Amino acid sequence: MSKILLHGTEAICEGALRNGCRAFFGYPITPQNEVPEYMSVKMPQVGGAFVQAESEVAAINMVYGAAGAGIRAMTSSSSPGVSLKQEGISYIACARIPCVVVNIMRAGPGLGGILPAQGDYFQATKGGGHGDYHLIVLAPSSVQEACDFTYRAFDLSDRYRVPAMILADGMIGQLMEPVELPPMRNLREIPEKDWATSGHYGKDRRILNSLIIKPEDLEPHVNELQKTYDEIYANERRAETYRTEDAEIILTAYGTVARICKSAVDKLRAQGIKAGCIRPITLYPFPDDTYSACAARDCTKAFLSVELSLGQMVEDVKLAVNGKKPVYFYGRTGGNVPEEEEIERAAKEALGKAEAER
Amino acid sequence: MIRILLAGQGGQGVLSAGRFLAESGLHEGKEVSYLPAYGPEMRGGTANCSVIVAEDPIASPLCTVPDVLIALNAPSFHKFAPRVKSGGIIIVNGSVSDAYAGRDDVRVIDLPANDLAMEAGDIRSANMAALGALVAATGLVREQSIVNCLQEKFVAKPRVLDCNRRAFEAGLAAVKK
Amino acid sequence: MKVFQKTKMLTDAHLHYCPGCTHGIVHRLVAESIEELGLQEKCIGIAPVGCAVFAYDYFNCDMQEAAHGRAPAVATGIKRCLPDRTVFVYQGDGDLASIGMAETVHAAARGEKITIIFINNSIYGMTGGQMAPTTLIGQKATTCQSGRDPAVNGYPIRVCELLATLDAPYYIERVSTHDVKHVLAAKRAIKKALQFQAEGRGYTFVEVLVSCPTNWHMQPVEALRFMGEECVKTFPLGVYRDKSEGRS
Repeated sequence: MSKILLHGTEAICEGALRNGCRAFFGYPITPQNEVPEYMSVKMPQVGGAFVQAESEVAAINMVYGAAGAGIRAMTSSSSPGVSLKQEGISYIACARIPCVVVNIMRAGPGLGGILPAQGDYFQATKGGGHGDYHLIVLAPSSVQEACDFTYRAFDLSDRYRVPAMILADGMIGQLMEPVELPPMRNLREIPEKDWATSGHYGKDRRILNSLIIKPEDLEPHVNELQKTYDEIYANERRAETYRTEDAEIILTAYGTVARICKSAVDKLRAQGIKAGCIRPITLYPFPDDTYSACAARDCTKAFLSVELSLGQMVEDVKLAVNGKKPVYFYGRTGGNVPEEEEIERAAKEALGKAEAER
Repeated sequence: MIRILLAGQGGQGVLSAGRFLAESGLHEGKEVSYLPAYGPEMRGGTANCSVIVAEDPIASPLCTVPDVLIALNAPSFHKFAPRVKSGGIIIVNGSVSDAYAGRDDVRVIDLPANDLAMEAGDIRSANMAALGALVAATGLVREQSIVNCLQEKFVAKPRVLDCNRRAFEAGLAAVKK
Repeated sequence: MKVFQKTKMLTDAHLHYCPGCTHGIVHRLVAESIEELGLQEKCIGIAPVGCAVFAYDYFNCDMQEAAHGRAPAVATGIKRCLPDRTVFVYQGDGDLASIGMAETVHAAARGEKITIIFINNSIYGMTGGQMAPTTLIGQKATTCQSGRDPAVNGYPIRVCELLATLDAPYYIERVSTHDVKHVLAAKRAIKKALQFQAEGRGYTFVEVLVSCPTNWHMQPVEALRFMGEECVKTFPLGVYRDKSEGRS
């Protein structure tokens, strides 16, 4: 199949629709308005449900209802709106309802700005709402990945009964790139959900609930959730490495920033500095194995986490590197995106510091 | 790999010119990316987008240092001219802007895009005149690829297609001669 | 000979409601109506947060427990995807008229083809008697201990009247449970609402006045008398919308 030029937001929608998403609930917020706009046109064409909800709070609860009834359902928003959804996401996580939430991140905190940022990393990967839970978090770095990861998110979410999040910065949302669309999934291929509240009576009836009031019941339930997260950790960690085999300085970034880092790696190499890049594809589970493998190499002198935040993923990088090599940080915020030259400078400084500290 | 920054006033067709360029590159089997500046610029004021056309996969989609700048008005010409890579090309809409970039390490093409567009039948085709100049100056994509895209886009609007096509050809001719 | 039987639409679980509370009566009315209409096989209920939070243990069909106030949104999600199912929502006054007012109004404005059973007892029961959006003027609550003062706490919200300003709702009625006659009328209203939903007519809403002897600090009988004499003054009973009879 030939490639077509698509916006990141459209690619996300196509990835969802092509993997059986038949319910979308959203609310306008920049920079993701193209998602509800696109879905309002496409969803009726495939016989699905589209509702422009009265709020992000309502939208995530419509997802709770639809996904609870066994339909593949999605909502999308941007940072402030995703904060509003956190209550619902926590309930969904506890009730073990699979669904997909898209966050096209903008700059915060507060109402912040509408330009690209990655300040929601902690929120996305550490739970986000109240209680002990996690989402499966995928971070696309291209428009093709925006499509493919959304497609995959539905399968992962169904398989583990854990909600999945697509965490993308504003650039992914606005970028247009060639995309090869996956074929339309036959809905009959999607496994039956034997827990879905789609209308059953008497002894067959099903309950979806996140109220487990007795401590002797709640603890095993949360432990069971954790067991699933452990399983996800064992099976689903993904990262891309770029020229890391002999690298002295390893840059690490996710999303669009990783692409700027790769350009910086090439430029550093042209100057004789052996640089490489790790790009986490799954932010939860965090691909710590890729980092520890690089940290164990003699050639590796330092890591540099580059983020559109003031230092969030860097904490997971430090945990993964576990003190074996120094980990440094370079970040921009407020909607500013670092240029290749800035990253080159930061990488050289990091390498200098690491050598001085030895 | 060539990085092109297209800039101008909202309504001048900067974003659609960028999309034609990206579509044409895609049709030729090249790697392309198109990144519109969004934010306050979306509503009136200035508009710009970054297009990259490459043989290999594109890493950074940003055009902070463009190889080519297309500036359809004076403010964007003066704002972005200093960023253009040394040895690069600037195509400036001479109908509404001076062409003094204040540097001599770039090639400045003074293109009367509005005049060419008006001669072609519609001032709104100035973006296509600039695209013609770009194709003539860089050979980035084939002429026919752009024409094909125009035909596809304006299949139901033969008059619009004619104006755009004539403006595109006028831009080509202006640089070739 | 016909012998009285408990409806099969209620499970055998022991109700947790306080003595004298009329929540249990409304559960039975809803369950009986569903069964009598033959809707039980394809029915999904939404439980609220508040006194009726355990409703999922009592109704003998698929149930989803919603976050506080969000039940109409949850119901919207289900009904839009499974339009042939009966979807009913059971909410109290804090849930529906306070924290969930946006969801309440917008589900009604969209004309979602669901049935909402609104339990109005003028108080937050589960949390121990705080002021509700429906607490009467002068009525005491733990957060307005000298009685609701309009100058400080504003006025109670009349939800039926409010929703009746919208174009979409098909059927809106307020009923009470303070005596047998009114309980029977409540049953008729609930059954009518579910019937309308089954016929795909539109949004249906039944507000049921319920007593809360515990938090009103009254004996059950006294509480029923209070409802019949006082609550109905602030919340007049009656049909506020019935498009089947051309009342809008």
